[in-house]
Amino acid sequence: MANNDSSKPIVDFAAIKENLGSEYKMVQVLDGSAKVVNQEVFDSFSDEQLVDFMKKMVWERALHEQTMSFSRQGRLGFYAPTAGEEASEMGSVSAFEPQDFLFPAYRDLPQLIQHGGSVEKGFLWSRGHVKGNQYDPKYRAWMPQIIIGAQFVEAAGAALGIKKNGENNVAFVYTGDGGTSQGDTYEGLNFAGAFQAPLVAIIQNNGFAISVPRKKQTAATTLAQKAVAAGMPSVQVDGMDILAVYSVAKAAREYAAAGNGPVLIETLTYRYGAHSSAGDDPSRYRTKEEEKPWHDNDPLIRLRKVLEDKGLWSDQQESDYVDECKTQFKADLKAADAEPKQTNVEMLKNTFEVPTPNIKAQIAEFEAKESK
Amino acid sequence: MATKTYIQAITDGLDQVLSDDDKTLIFGEDVGKNGGVFRTTQGLQDKYGEDRVFDTPLAESGILGLAMGLAATGWRPLPEIQFMGFTFEAVDSIAGQMSRTRFRFGGEKNMPITIRTPFGGGTHTAEMHSDNLESFFTDVPGLRVVTPSNPYDAKGLIISAVENNDPVLFMENLKLYRSMKAEVPDDKYTVPLDTAKVVREGTDITVVAYSAEVNEALKVADKLAKENISVEVIDLVSLSPIDTDTIFKSIDKTHHVVMVQEAQRMAGVGATVVSDIAENDILSLDAPIGRVAAPDSIYPFALAEDDWIPDAAEIEAKVREILTY
Ligand SMILES: Cc1ncc(C[n+]2csc(CCOP(=O)(O)OP(=O)(O)O)c2C)c(N)n1
Ligand SMILES: [Mg+2]
Repeated sequence: MANNDSSKPIVDFAAIKENLGSEYKMVQVLDGSAKVVNQEVFDSFSDEQLVDFMKKMVWERALHEQTMSFSRQGRLGFYAPTAGEEASEMGSVSAFEPQDFLFPAYRDLPQLIQHGGSVEKGFLWSRGHVKGNQYDPKYRAWMPQIIIGAQFVEAAGAALGIKKNGENNVAFVYTGDGGTSQGDTYEGLNFAGAFQAPLVAIIQNNGFAISVPRKKQTAATTLAQKAVAAGMPSVQVDGMDILAVYSVAKAAREYAAAGNGPVLIETLTYRYGAHSSAGDDPSRYRTKEEEKPWHDNDPLIRLRKVLEDKGLWSDQQESDYVDECKTQFKADLKAADAEPKQTNVEMLKNTFEVPTPNIKAQIAEFEAKESK
Repeated sequence: MATKTYIQAITDGLDQVLSDDDKTLIFGEDVGKNGGVFRTTQGLQDKYGEDRVFDTPLAESGILGLAMGLAATGWRPLPEIQFMGFTFEAVDSIAGQMSRTRFRFGGEKNMPITIRTPFGGGTHTAEMHSDNLESFFTDVPGLRVVTPSNPYDAKGLIISAVENNDPVLFMENLKLYRSMKAEVPDDKYTVPLDTAKVVREGTDITVVAYSAEVNEALKVADKLAKENISVEVIDLVSLSPIDTDTIFKSIDKTHHVVMVQEAQRMAGVGATVVSDIAENDILSLDAPIGRVAAPDSIYPFALAEDDWIPDAAEIEAKVREILTY
């Protein structure tokens, strides 16, 4: 029998489309004016914790400023600016345990350092020195990923390995809004879901993939909903509110570590600066008016207000701490300067565990040359 | 005629093909408003509109699969892969799909796609941005691989690549983008896709090279000319197929040959040239074939690349060795 009631189609695609993603409500603890909007969660933080969050964000902002200045002096190589993303980066990484396995992208050096790495190694990585990637064997982190998406499938594998080991740990992985378009990213989510592996996937949606705005990456209204097809729960969180990011990441970690399978978090944040220190020019693809509300929404301003109200933080304290950080960064760069030059022999030796005959011959050839 | 950089010459060529054929499309990551991360597509979106020059979501396999579907519906795509290291993400699209399409359809369907991508060392990029990956693709039947070594060829070759009805991988040398300038005609011209070029005539020895190494070889030719050693330099231009006739003709005259590549020794372009010579023209040679290539390690970290990349000094040493064999 033909359905001749034209007002009732068999499927109302338009209505389905309209509703996609509507269940996502951005989680906040502090709103843009630093007003507490979730008292219960807010009250769960001790004063020490609040000060610690502030210090981490001030540290990250100082690191950003220092690396930009080193870059201008030609003293670093590729470096991805992080100003604006402090709450998203420091809030999330602080929720994980030292034995959780971190898979960072190139913009996630601050997390890599906080998770147990070092600024000196970060600088060496930026310069393109192999020492930047030589970690303590106990340190559970991958080097910053350049190939966008690759870290997601690898992190899914690490999460499965952790599960098979019977550990109570998780793997956690970062990408950006652009990174969610990559096939590998979906594959990583889907594998983690299929194997119910303890993965916490964090998408730092900073509005742009180099010059391409978020809305051009996907017709989906949120990036969080990308988890739905992989059968995993997901959440969108205010990435300028460190208390919200931390609380959500902590809950996600606990959920995944308890054997419930993977979780995805989308943080809504903003990259104030250029895409990289190599000097892309944001004015080619966005206006100052577009940038302004994000600066007004600055994560440091928000937490600073709360701390000042409680008498826990002052301008003096902050500027002293910035000085302390910057002095340390300068010492870290000096230490990086002292690393010996890399050689072709070293490159050849690192290619295979047991050198193949062609490599052996080339090692001998370069040893003769490089020892001169 | 105007003096143009290598990159401006490519932009010129792209402008030409966009204006010649309204079925041509340029797309990829950041190619639109931003004009590409190197500004190769600068101004083209403004001139031809967002329908013809547009940004895609970030996914290389998606970009090249999209190119195939567009070609199947009558378009002539020029996808950009932002750096050649990212072609790893799209090997199936290139090698498994578009290069086989004509063959699989029994010759009934073409894939007139030109994939542009920058490659090559010496600019201290982050890892995976500089590797010489040409050998992955010269091993793919059904795919042409070309790379210009100067601005004149860059413009003429991109136009030929786009006008050709088979898939072409067009490799742009990162280091040459802004470091190299030359006279480039304003009018349209083409440079053949499968012809090597004698870029310096000589009589004592032939140096075969491609891309940035051509310029290193030319430095050696200049230097040795002062000692009355006459070096002929051949630019392969096309890495697949290889124009062996031009090479044999040169060797028949010089009786000595050195093959130079920036890629690792184990990578196949030099090996293919050398085996073609060994098979077909070995009796013209008065000395063994010389080879200059990078070590067989992974492409090095940025701070180590200057020692790793073969340079004029290495070519010169090899040329002297072969000439005094
Ligand atoms: C596979 C791959 N394709 C392209 C690039 C070049 N690239 C580097 S960063 C970037 C934009 C990434 O944007 P997003 O994921 O939003 O992260 P963000 O840089 O904003 O932190 C692109 C296209 C790359 N590194 N890897
Ligand atoms: Mg982004």
